[in-house]
Amino acid sequence: MWQALRAELHPQGLEVVTVAMVAAPEHPSLVDAAHVMGELFGVVNIPSGIWIDERGVIVRPAEPAWAAGRWRTEMTAGIEEAPERLQRIIARALAEEIDPEGYVAALRDWVAKGDASAWALSPEEVVRRSTPRSPDGARAAAHFELAQHLHRAGDATAAVAHFREAHRLQPENWTYKRQAWSLNGPEGPLRRFWQGPLEGQDWPYDDEYAAAIEATPPGAYYPPVRR
Amino acid sequence: MILTSLELTPAAFEAGTGWAITPRGACNGERCVPLPDPGADRLDVAELASRIGMPLVHDAGHGLWALGPAAPEGRALLSAQAPELTLPDVEGRPFSLSSLRGRKVALVAWAPY
Repeated sequence: MWQALRAELHPQGLEVVTVAMVAAPEHPSLVDAAHVMGELFGVVNIPSGIWIDERGVIVRPAEPAWAAGRWRTEMTAGIEEAPERLQRIIARALAEEIDPEGYVAALRDWVAKGDASAWALSPEEVVRRSTPRSPDGARAAAHFELAQHLHRAGDATAAVAHFREAHRLQPENWTYKRQAWSLNGPEGPLRRFWQGPLEGQDWPYDDEYAAAIEATPPGAYYPPVRR
Repeated sequence: MILTSLELTPAAFEAGTGWAITPRGACNGERCVPLPDPGADRLDVAELASRIGMPLVHDAGHGLWALGPAAPEGRALLSAQAPELTLPDVEGRPFSLSSLRGRKVALVAWAPY
């Protein structure tokens, strides 16, 4: 989806860098196994976009980022045949205010006008609008890093304790939750959205995706992108 | 940053946290925290973490520590200057965000989960 937009705007000086996508043939596509995007840029949900100007100055901090109008069709293709749990999750996510056309128009405007674009924020506003990070939120990042480290080292049980602590300290961080949940979920194509216990499965977390997203107030899962 | 010891060289601390040890103290961009001995070649991470305001979490069972980010403004970003980001691309080659200076960048985080 980002490929077409990149092809359009690259001649005007834009590069698109996707992080953690499965594959992307032309633009830089990076793999963030340790989730440093969370610690460095305040990414707490995906998809998130950050705009950076020619001098390396952030002009829009992490916010929901949408590439094309096609995505809604893609997300809902075959949905009526999906398990009821997945239908609930996707329906709740799609109930958010999502405006891919508006987002892409804003990106085009910034590429054309730079700092003169109404979408380019001042440095002070960028910091002010970046994700809140309380002392507990900073501590959650340390627990999440330990959890990821221990999981990769093969100690899944020890990892769970730190994932749980990260979730407790920063409950609004979806990437902390979805990463942990997906490690315990079913293999295969459903894994990305399932993120909860299978029938009869022991589940080491207090929460799971369907219940958690349905309990989220409107606008808190994908906050609307504002000028 | 994951640690197996609470003593680090200044270079290792900077690589792991983005905070450089300079004559002015521990600095991240324009923001500096004074240090009693900024010339030391080994750093006491626990003391430094407490001065900068970074959480230090200990996992005694595994002999590990994790150092979390400082957030003096209560926000994820310390300033609008983009932090350096170096990650492997899908073929494993390191790619640095700073290599794109001179271009606008839309940095998009996605996840296959």
